[in-house]
Amino acid sequence: MSTFRFDDVSIPFRDGQSVGAALVAQGILSWRTTRLEGRPRGLFCGIGICFDCLVTVDGVPSQRACLVRARDGLDVTTQEGSGYAAE
Amino acid sequence: MPLSDLPPDGVVIVGAGPAGLACAATLLDQGDTFVTVLDAGSGAGGQYWRQPAPPADSSDPGALRPDAMRGLHHDLGTFAELRSRLEAGQAAGRASLLTDHHVWTVVAAEGGHVVHAVDRSGGPGRERAVELRARHLVIATGAHDRSLPFPGWDLPGVLTAGGLQALLKAGDVALGPRVAVGGTGPFLLPVAAGLADRGATVVGVFEANSPTRWLRELRAVAANRTKLAEGAGYAATLLRRRVPVRTRTMIVEAHGRERVEAVTVARLDASGHPRRDTHRRIEVDAVGVGWGFSPQLDLAVTLGCALTADASGTPVVQVDEWQRTSRSGVSAAGEACGVGGAALAVAEGRLAARGIVGASASDAETAGLREEVARLRAFAAAMHRAHPVPAGWADALRSETVVCRCEEVSAGTVRHAIAERGATDARQVKQLTRAGMGWCQGRVCGHAVELLAGGGSGSPAERLVSTPLPLGVLASRKSRAM
Ligand code: FES
Repeated sequence: MSTFRFDDVSIPFRDGQSVGAALVAQGILSWRTTRLEGRPRGLFCGIGICFDCLVTVDGVPSQRACLVRARDGLDVTTQEGSGYAAE
Repeated sequence: MPLSDLPPDGVVIVGAGPAGLACAATLLDQGDTFVTVLDAGSGAGGQYWRQPAPPADSSDPGALRPDAMRGLHHDLGTFAELRSRLEAGQAAGRASLLTDHHVWTVVAAEGGHVVHAVDRSGGPGRERAVELRARHLVIATGAHDRSLPFPGWDLPGVLTAGGLQALLKAGDVALGPRVAVGGTGPFLLPVAAGLADRGATVVGVFEANSPTRWLRELRAVAANRTKLAEGAGYAATLLRRRVPVRTRTMIVEAHGRERVEAVTVARLDASGHPRRDTHRRIEVDAVGVGWGFSPQLDLAVTLGCALTADASGTPVVQVDEWQRTSRSGVSAAGEACGVGGAALAVAEGRLAARGIVGASASDAETAGLREEVARLRAFAAAMHRAHPVPAGWADALRSETVVCRCEEVSAGTVRHAIAERGATDARQVKQLTRAGMGWCQGRVCGHAVELLAGGGSGSPAERLVSTPLPLGVLASRKSRAM
């Protein structure tokens, strides 16, 4: 089965799943903390509207996990704060 | 297909859901114009006929198969028919389907419009700017779940009802094992039925309104028997799976520390306020809540298309009897013209296409489509009247409950801006508190803030950029002769 890296863990996924769906399927419900209160966040809208699900993918910050398609060998890392460049 | 290969002045349809696909299919049947359909998703279908992304390697036995999702979809026959028509158009060199394309703005240009999109198909860091010329533009951008804040709604595991369904339809993931579904509207039933069919334990569907409201809408119901049959099908599934459906009940709180662990539900009194003496706590692993849908109006607002209000007071694109907006060369179809479901979207998409090719208003097909649109619009209006947001939706909000998830603005701050600083609508609240100023640009909290400020849905905010852009994409835009 194909896998991608999520921080230090290897996450299996089924071809066609988004990064977010693959994480949730592994029981991982949150992968970001908010900028002010450090609250955990994961999927909310599931369709690219809410931006709660931001992750860094292959070094590119602020990608929506619900939209990015899981690919073999992808490097996904958690993100703190909003991901705006200024922070 | 690169830009240079596209004929310069075809019809560009934004959105490959039911409305956009139906519009494309009819254009290909009736006209000789080139048709381009853009969609942010990885394939055609929109949210309604959402499918897993096509497998990169079709021999992979673990890959998701659209066939495996059959039971989750309604009226797949229509989808298959519309999609194969589009595929035939592509094969004949008359159509193009651009998936993973996020349209971020449209500007008027000589002889039509220029559509600006980001092609994200290459993955993060490999976005590409795309510009398309449109002699005629069709806005078929659909809708997204409408959310209302409640204590704990920002806990991981609490999603929109549509979010739960998207995970199921596109990812074959049934969040759970124990899941609560709440809010209002007929959409909650297929979400709960889909989850139950996939093995989740649905602890309840908590519908804020009473089914007796539908008794006032018998005329619209009688004229739309297929809708009734569809609803009855989901109800039968829920019965078979022993899923309790509780009406006049809402989820008033989600509990947990790092993720949701339980919800509190409450019965609503006759005036729509949750009764404290009816609080009941239920252990859950996931929650999906939806209060209907908000049309995606960004492009229409950017273009200055005239808006109107639907039966619930929600702003929608105003269209004429050919689905034409107030802007010349711009039509709209589907949920952007008022949330009403896939069958209505298909009929409107077809009608829009006939308008573009200059069909006669008196031909039988056009007359039939208009009748269908009127009938389904009447049903949609009945649905909006039967499923309002209850008057007491905000009773459970605490001062520290987050309202704007992006900027972390609390209900207390929003209420202070309204009560003490005189804000009367979402725009003023935003100026005073930053609610609605974050990544999602108020798409999630806007409706709630508007309700808290005492208004209706108000006029939608103008969002110049419909999707956030990597700066590199802007920088890489080559100036092209228009
Ligand atoms: S979950 Fe809302 S944008 Fe990804």
